[in-house]
Amino acid sequence: MTALLSAVTFVPMLGGLALVFVPRRRAGLLKTAALLIALLVFALSLPLYFGFDGDSADFQFEEQRVWMPTLGVSYHVGIDGISLLLVLLTTFLTPLALASAWHAIEDRLKEFVITVLVLETGMLGVFVSLDLFLFYVFWEAMLIPMYFIIGVWGGANRVYAAVKFVLYTLAGSLLMLVAILALYYRHGAATGAYTFDLVTLARWVVAPGLAQDLMFLAFALAFAIKVPLFPFHTWLPDAHVEAPTAGSVILAGVLLKMGTYGFLRFCLPLFPDASLAFGPFVVALAVVGIVYGAWVSTVQADVKKLVAYSSVSHLGFVMLGIFTLTQQGLVGGVIQMVNHGLSTGALFLMVGMIYERRHTRLIADFGGLWKVVPAFSALFLIVVLSSLGLPGLNGFVGEFLILVGAFGVSPWLAAVATTGVIFAAVYLLWMYQRVIFGEITHEENRALPDLSPREWAMLVPVVVFIVWIGVYPMTFTGKTEATLEALIAQVQSKSAVPRVSLAERGRGAPESGHPPSAAVWRTPLP
Amino acid sequence: MTPLAMPPVAIGPLAPVLIVLGAAGLVLLLDLLPRPVGRELIATVALAGLVGALLATLARWGKPGRAFQDMLVLDDFALFANVVICYAAALVVMLSIDYLGRNGPETGEYYALVLFSTGGMMLLAAAGDLIVLFLALELMSLSLYVLAGLFKRELAASEASMKYFILGAFATSFLLYGIALIYGATGTTNLDRIAAAAAGRAHDPLLVIGLGLLLVGFGFKISSVPFHMWAPDVYQGAPTSVTALIATGSKAAALAALIRVLVTALRGSQPDWAVLLWVVAAITMTVGNVVAIAQSNLKRLLAYSSIAHVGYMLIGVVAGGSAGPGAVLFYLLTYAFTTAGAFGVLTLCERAQAEAVEVGDYAGLARRHPVLAAALGLFLLSLVGIPPLAGFVGKFYLFAAAVRAGYLWLAVIGVVNSALAAYYYLRVVVFMYMREPEGAGARLVPSFAGGLALAIALIGIVLLGVIPAPFADLAQAAVAPLLR
Repeated sequence: MTALLSAVTFVPMLGGLALVFVPRRRAGLLKTAALLIALLVFALSLPLYFGFDGDSADFQFEEQRVWMPTLGVSYHVGIDGISLLLVLLTTFLTPLALASAWHAIEDRLKEFVITVLVLETGMLGVFVSLDLFLFYVFWEAMLIPMYFIIGVWGGANRVYAAVKFVLYTLAGSLLMLVAILALYYRHGAATGAYTFDLVTLARWVVAPGLAQDLMFLAFALAFAIKVPLFPFHTWLPDAHVEAPTAGSVILAGVLLKMGTYGFLRFCLPLFPDASLAFGPFVVALAVVGIVYGAWVSTVQADVKKLVAYSSVSHLGFVMLGIFTLTQQGLVGGVIQMVNHGLSTGALFLMVGMIYERRHTRLIADFGGLWKVVPAFSALFLIVVLSSLGLPGLNGFVGEFLILVGAFGVSPWLAAVATTGVIFAAVYLLWMYQRVIFGEITHEENRALPDLSPREWAMLVPVVVFIVWIGVYPMTFTGKTEATLEALIAQVQSKSAVPRVSLAERGRGAPESGHPPSAAVWRTPLP
Repeated sequence: MTPLAMPPVAIGPLAPVLIVLGAAGLVLLLDLLPRPVGRELIATVALAGLVGALLATLARWGKPGRAFQDMLVLDDFALFANVVICYAAALVVMLSIDYLGRNGPETGEYYALVLFSTGGMMLLAAAGDLIVLFLALELMSLSLYVLAGLFKRELAASEASMKYFILGAFATSFLLYGIALIYGATGTTNLDRIAAAAAGRAHDPLLVIGLGLLLVGFGFKISSVPFHMWAPDVYQGAPTSVTALIATGSKAAALAALIRVLVTALRGSQPDWAVLLWVVAAITMTVGNVVAIAQSNLKRLLAYSSIAHVGYMLIGVVAGGSAGPGAVLFYLLTYAFTTAGAFGVLTLCERAQAEAVEVGDYAGLARRHPVLAAALGLFLLSLVGIPPLAGFVGKFYLFAAAVRAGYLWLAVIGVVNSALAAYYYLRVVVFMYMREPEGAGARLVPSFAGGLALAIALIGIVLLGVIPAPFADLAQAAVAPLLR
């Protein structure tokens, strides 16, 4: 039993606490030290990837220690194929977020870097927790640093956005707390073992019926707000637009994934019957979100707001993939979480870069940037294309798999969802065209400097992964397929009533079982 | 002539209280000395008395004792409550030293009164007889009435004191009447014998009315709705350090006594009072939180917040069983740390020779005094119930007890209220971190003792939040003797 996972989780916070003792005026030292800590965490997290056995669906790098024995709470952490990718995404994006603030944040820099590092611990904790109590602690605790990042270092309307963000999320998650307690006592009463341990709880299932439905809904509400699933998304545009670039990157890149991760980790295995019963509703909301997000994005005048609404659309795809409960859909959903983190993270980074130069984000204030900042424009193009799902780049892989999964469930749904992809091309390319091409209409734009070495260093790694996943996704899907296969099997075998699953109900050809894991990605390829 | 039979006097169980009262006497004597001694010395004596009582309490842990024919029951439950009370009183004394020097009369009577009321609180938590309960309540309350009006020159203080006194006296008479009726129904004032006599006749009208009147009296003391009206005015008018004592110590003592009476003596009629308290709990937390949203004076805000917290604690009383009262006891501990800390920050701040109590005074505090702002921020977040701070774990145990006992909806009302409460606590954080001050805002008045008190409270809320298990288990174990 190693403590690698704990180290990855807590090094950011400990590093942040150590920075408390660095004098405030040493801004350079603070920035460098914070960045080095974040990079160290990334380096620490790499062995998780290389040491992870992708053929096993079990939790790996597990650690378990007694914490509150009388309640059955333990410090239990571990990762499987889903959380592995999200942990890596978190450790990858945090240094980028810190680097993006290099010049953007000057006021109270010390507090900023400490807050970001504490936030990283909170996010990692959410992904590695295998105990419901521990999970809840991280889930709630992480709100506060994000609240400060939006509220202290955000834009003009930041206080409103920050308070809205916290209240929305808090309202949802507190109901989840009651559901956690109800689950705990029911499990204890039924089996005699009072425990918050997820692995133990997942082996058991609440009797289908009202109780399971209510618990599912309480969990689902908390996660749906976080995703955000339409119609719980209204906090997101405010939070994204007001947050500083670093905050937006983390918010879009990692925080939203906590919602989708929650569905995968808790809702599906703990409440299989309710998940199947409510699946169609979730899928419907997801599809509405896809289309709605795309339409609203189209008419935005502010680039940042456009990217924010596009997140609603993209996360709708993830939810759609998860609730198809097919191997393709789930793999697509998980890989799309990573994709969205990379593409949207990069979009926010680049919007931030242009904002630092011009102090505006309105599309109308730009135009003709290709002539002024060609390198920026070229990288921006790659990121935009990745976000809209161009084959060969990462976005395509995820969306394609999700649509394949959705098509198996309901061709109509898949057809409607596909319009989301089309609209993504519309709003993203149209925005790109107005910002980058054409004549220079504003004199201020003539003298913009192109990418600095720091900005190159931030963007190149993201672009490398964008292409990598687009060309050879097996590097990442290979780690997660076994886990997802086991998850589907678990949901279907545990749902007490042997009913036809959502997937099989809609499927035209009577196909039994699922294709072997390695073939998943290869089958749809021509 | 037969010699009068003297009951055996056991001083042991009385030791913690005697230490506190002894210190109170010493403080009075020191104050009377012809050559005045410094207030630091007086405060130190008071603090030593409280720490001594704390140690004496801890030394008696696991050795339950009864004194004066079960009039006084110093079991683990009382000991746990005494720890909370002594801790809260000690913090208040530490916070008072510089605060009083700045704002009010430098007299020894302040410390003597704090000690007297602390003694009353400790007796209240250990009362095994309704008569002792009444006497202890009076000792505590009368001292607090005087303390609330300590700043004689300020109108608000006099109003607070007067209001507190009149309403308190009113409530006490209800309590006394309830005691009389219960005595009439059962023929005894001893809690154990009441339990025996009341068993099997839960619907005896005399008993039910007596119980109702008793609850009215306690309702005033713990400021549950609809008997909460005095709290905001008193909290606002009283010196901040006294407010801290009222909010923590007196509340802890009254809740401990309430639990002991309900669980020991009136367990037979639990269905009656559980339904009643269910409603009271739900209304108390909702009213407290909703009204707190509109407050701009921090002392009033914390007053309403404390009303809301009483509502949460009543959830535990309603839940009953072994988990409920234990959760309340643990919550009292976390609440005492948090609330004393929050009021503590207020005592350390001033603006332009006046107390800084408006939310606006704290605008931009994080820029001027980052450490102080972080401290107040942490106390407020603990009050919201954000993990991993003490307030979260406290609430967790309360809600867990409710869910376990089947009061699912009460737990839901509780969590919805917690979300509501986040708004006004975070508003203070918004002012401290996200607003710039208009004019000169609150500034820190350095105080060694005050700083130390805050540090202790901070360590407390983090420690209780991160490793709550030992303390929560102690609280659960402490309740066991009540449930025999």
